[in-house]
Amino acid sequence: MIHVVLPQHLRTLARVGREVALQVEGSATQRSVLDALEAQYPMLRGTIRDSATQQRRPLVRFFACEQDLSNEPPDAPLPDAVATGREPFLIVGAMAGG
Amino acid sequence: MSAVRVLVGTKKGAFILTSDGSRTHWDVSGPHFPGWEVYHVKGSPIDPNRLYASQTSGWFGQVIQRSSDGGQTWEPAGSNGFVYDGVPGTHKWYDGTPHPWEFKRVWHLEPSLTNPDTVYAGVEDAALFCSTDAAQTWQELPGLRGHVSGPSWQPGAGGLCLHTILLDPRDANRMIIAISAAGAFRTDDAGKTWRAINRGLKSAGIPDPDAEVGHCVHHIAMHRSRPRALFMQKHWDVMRSNDAGESWQEVSGNLPTDFGFVIDVHAHEPNTIYVVPIKSDSEHYPPEGKLRVYRSRTGGDEWEALTNGLPQRDCYVNVLRDAMAIDSLDPCGVYFGTTGGQVYVSANAGDKWTAAVRDLPPVLSVEVQTLP
Repeated sequence: MIHVVLPQHLRTLARVGREVALQVEGSATQRSVLDALEAQYPMLRGTIRDSATQQRRPLVRFFACEQDLSNEPPDAPLPDAVATGREPFLIVGAMAGG
Repeated sequence: MSAVRVLVGTKKGAFILTSDGSRTHWDVSGPHFPGWEVYHVKGSPIDPNRLYASQTSGWFGQVIQRSSDGGQTWEPAGSNGFVYDGVPGTHKWYDGTPHPWEFKRVWHLEPSLTNPDTVYAGVEDAALFCSTDAAQTWQELPGLRGHVSGPSWQPGAGGLCLHTILLDPRDANRMIIAISAAGAFRTDDAGKTWRAINRGLKSAGIPDPDAEVGHCVHHIAMHRSRPRALFMQKHWDVMRSNDAGESWQEVSGNLPTDFGFVIDVHAHEPNTIYVVPIKSDSEHYPPEGKLRVYRSRTGGDEWEALTNGLPQRDCYVNVLRDAMAIDSLDPCGVYFGTTGGQVYVSANAGDKWTAAVRDLPPVLSVEVQTLP
């Protein structure tokens, strides 16, 4: 299982806790993880990446293993520690005030 | 005994205020969707338990929430489902250069007068969308944005937003919308084609003050019994039309300032209207620090200040364009919300005011439902 940590606003939208566990088919990539996340929680479609272009929303970031993976290609393999469930994949709302 | 339900959208969530018909004691529920901006919440006129809410965030985009039990529980009907029809093209940016149409948020939701599963959405960048499946999927009515003037529309300070949708209760094919800062438009064929209806508006802030489009219309109100009579709060000027927008006359009369955002019509007197004058477009607070609602019983021109119960010193809040509503009890209740987080209520058509709540986040919108 792959563990995904959601930002507060998306937890309330999906009515889940801090972290969700996902079964991902095939290799673990940003795209396959987000596909699985949106399949399990359809209300999150469009909130992390644009529904039409699949581009990451500008103020959303992806972190894992103390690395910023936000600008990695969506089909690049995620770190092995994420793929094997030892480390979470973090979806983060970019820091801003207000 | 009858009751009222006030639907309040704020910068940090939605709140629902309920009271019996006396409108003196209020129960407050919320925040619903805490931390999200809620631009608008509105109920179906034929199924009052069906509510729609526009929940939006600069981070995560647009969610439409739906309730089927009067706001006790909600379900997300869909996220970020607003896609412009065809190749979007461009409108004008602030500096006059072409700028691609980009969806930002839903400003206003207008449920159908006949079907609770049909709802219209006015969005930024300005366009009109419709859902016929209770907000799960949305289709643009592209005739509006396809108006010949569309590429020349330019945003106001709040963005290029479609904020007003009026459905004609006597003619299902007629709809009136308003866009800041393009002006008012009307369709007589259920949204296929649109006409600019801005004759008589004069705006000093645009190169041609009486241009066909380009006016910063802040809000328009209509009384159900007289849908051809329209009342408009423009950026500056309060205006009236007696012919469904074919022509407009200024009715600012003796107002202390004719800048403002809200305008609404009495429930039982179609010639009685309300505005909240704001000092100017560079000073978004009441003149002299006195929060005053002005009422005209003559459809404009002659106005009286309503101050009983409202702060008359040191008050520097604003009242935004969708933040006034009127119930249909007798006497009718008038409600408005401020950027200071107060929701004021008058249970006697404006003669006396009390704060139903005082410390909400800045209020973006107020609607009211009159319940049996």
